[in-house]
Amino acid sequence: MIEWFTWVQVVLAVVVGLFAVVVGFVGWKPDDYTVGALALVELLLLAQGVVSLVLPATGSPPQGNALEFGVYAVSVLLVPPAAIVWALIDRTRWSTVVLGAGAFTVAVMVYRMYQIWFALN
Amino acid sequence: MATRSSLATGVGRVLIAVYGILALAATGRSVVQIIEKFSHAPVAYTLSALAAVVYIVAMIALIAPGRAWYRVACVTIGFEMAGVLVVGTLSLVDRQLFPDDTVWSYYGLGYVFAPLVLPIAGLWWLRKHHRAAVAEPALASVPAAGE
Repeated sequence: MIEWFTWVQVVLAVVVGLFAVVVGFVGWKPDDYTVGALALVELLLLAQGVVSLVLPATGSPPQGNALEFGVYAVSVLLVPPAAIVWALIDRTRWSTVVLGAGAFTVAVMVYRMYQIWFALN
Repeated sequence: MATRSSLATGVGRVLIAVYGILALAATGRSVVQIIEKFSHAPVAYTLSALAAVVYIVAMIALIAPGRAWYRVACVTIGFEMAGVLVVGTLSLVDRQLFPDDTVWSYYGLGYVFAPLVLPIAGLWWLRKHHRAAVAEPALASVPAAGE
């Protein structure tokens, strides 16, 4: 993981999460903005995933538990697509809230990945 | 829409999504724990795996329609409620029993108390929709009986 990039991801995911939960409760159905925001979150996850695969090959493996990191890295990738599929099937405002919940989950999981990678706990 | 459970409406959908997230979290945790160091804390790790299974079943029971699934939802969510209260208390009283964390340790502190709040919200939701869920099969049979 690249540290500054990790913080960009966490902040983005929290902002997207707040935005989607608020507009969901206001009554927005899932639209290009909320679905697009989750797609952006996923894109950054993929980028960080590639970085985390390349870094060990260049001599900077995770300082913490690699298996635990790997399980997080793979499962976090499933969250935004699952939320997006949900939003495409169920066209109600509650799907917008679900998109927000997915973004918050990504924020928490990326923060955990950060703790594991840098062996902070 | 008609095939969906009456529980899977409105804010109940958010509840289902959060169950999905927690199922993912508990499954991930238990897979890592069991692969890496099962003998270190067998009680805690068996519980993690059990919790993961219960979250998955509860999520399915909230989505699936019918009286039987309603009952499954009551049992699994009730089990979660008991689990988080018992394990939460035990983890405070007897550290030896749970040297490593489970989703339910310290009342779900590691998961921003979602494991504590979720069964409360789930039981409230089930209670609120008790009549609709139980009446569903009867409603379906009314036209058949009338015609």
